[in-house]
Amino acid sequence: MLDMLQRLGHRGLSRLAALGRAGQILLLSLLARPQPLTMAPLVLRQIYSVGVLSLVIIVVSGAFIGMVLGLQGYTILVDYGSEQAVGQMVALSLVRELAPVVAALLFAGRAGSALTAEIGLMKATEQLASLEMIGVDPLRRIIAPRLWAGFISMPLLAIIFAVVGIWGGSLVAVDWLGIYEGSFWANMQQSVDFYEDVLNGIIKAVCFGIVVTWIAVFEGYDCIPTSEGISQATTRTVVYSSLAVLGLDFILTAVMFGEL
Amino acid sequence: MKPDNDCIIDIRDLTFHRGSRAIFERVNIQVPRGKVTAIMGPSGTGKTTLLKLIGGQLHPDEGQILLDGTDIPGLGRRELFEARERMGMLFQSGALFTDMSVFDNVAFPLQVHTELPDDMIRDIVLMKLQAVGLRGARDLMPSELSGGMARRVALARAIALDPDIVMYDEPFTGQDPIAMGVLVNLIRRLNQALGHTSIIVSHDIKETLGIADYIYILSDAHVIAQGTPEELAEVESEQVRQFMQGLPDGPVPFHYRASDLMQDLLEGQ
Repeated sequence: MLDMLQRLGHRGLSRLAALGRAGQILLLSLLARPQPLTMAPLVLRQIYSVGVLSLVIIVVSGAFIGMVLGLQGYTILVDYGSEQAVGQMVALSLVRELAPVVAALLFAGRAGSALTAEIGLMKATEQLASLEMIGVDPLRRIIAPRLWAGFISMPLLAIIFAVVGIWGGSLVAVDWLGIYEGSFWANMQQSVDFYEDVLNGIIKAVCFGIVVTWIAVFEGYDCIPTSEGISQATTRTVVYSSLAVLGLDFILTAVMFGEL
Repeated sequence: MKPDNDCIIDIRDLTFHRGSRAIFERVNIQVPRGKVTAIMGPSGTGKTTLLKLIGGQLHPDEGQILLDGTDIPGLGRRELFEARERMGMLFQSGALFTDMSVFDNVAFPLQVHTELPDDMIRDIVLMKLQAVGLRGARDLMPSELSGGMARRVALARAIALDPDIVMYDEPFTGQDPIAMGVLVNLIRRLNQALGHTSIIVSHDIKETLGIADYIYILSDAHVIAQGTPEELAEVESEQVRQFMQGLPDGPVPFHYRASDLMQDLLEGQ
């Protein structure tokens, strides 16, 4: 019993220490004196690898999810004779929930895991240590550009996800199932509010982007520099960021839409 | 030869623990300026840890590490990075940046720390690569280099900024005899030509004895012997002789701590 308590306490303490280190990394990398000239090309390169290279998976998933939403929405709504509202349903569910959440989950799997593995391997091959010995702070050179790239890419990916999803929904509902195009778009336009829905969705995406990228770079930077350590860190990135996204989504939804 | 007062690094009463295990216990080491100093000892005695302590990557529990009178562990983050510009370090794995070519790897310290124009940086990089014999390999990526070549590129990068101190972490480990000979030669020649101070951490006795001016032997968290190669050859201590002559058993036991063999075998029945 005492042993168990001790272990529990030990685990709790080490988790707290990890949280402290994660916070320290975030602050030290982001609050450093900005050097736009050296930073910009590094950030752009990272936006390419975490953002642009994630486009394929985001666009394909967005299209399929939109199509499934269109199909499911139609089969339910047609029973009540209100299949014209498919557009509204597709758009609202994508913009409010699915685009930020699913894009963040895919982002964690595609870009987050890659970030962790890359930074972990840099640590294992002493590249981070050698940067330090050259007199360059790895937090500013390696971590900060990746953080900024994740913060910038994730909301853009979520927006692209939503747009492609709506297009996928219209493909099924209008072109395949034959709903009148005018009412599909008009219903959508009437019901989707810019501040209430679009902006809230973007705020969610921004939050998820910060959380996922933060977890990914921290796990890489803090990993045990062995092959096993890196594999565990990569797994932790995907698991922790997925759970964080889903948990945070509930909290944000409750705050944003809870009064309705 | 005793290290005279002109030492660039002065380590005083250094104590460092990993968990509950003492790596160093009140260790004193002086590194004379402009010379090649070797830190030797069996694996696991904390030789690499010592380099990391000097580079400020680890913090000692107690004691001082003075670089020209400045206490390294006491420096703030920014001052520490400035102090590191005076040091070059050759890592055991080479630690080249895998996303950059050989040329860019060597140019990197110059690009971040100097305001030199590109053509001048190019000249310096080519000269450094020429010094390690790899000017022709400047467009290769690190993945295309052999282990020995990677270490020579890393050496060129470590001396790119003409540091006052170059630290070598196990430079000879895992090298074939030719690459080893090349490295031994390079370290000695560069030390003489550039006038910097070299610290070599190694357990390759023959190679290290050949180039070191002064040697410290570490074991069990203490300096067990120090002196010039000639002085060390005369030391009577069994521990030192076991290490210097590579005897498998002695004060450093061949067997890891275990219970009696017979008892262990009988327990299984």
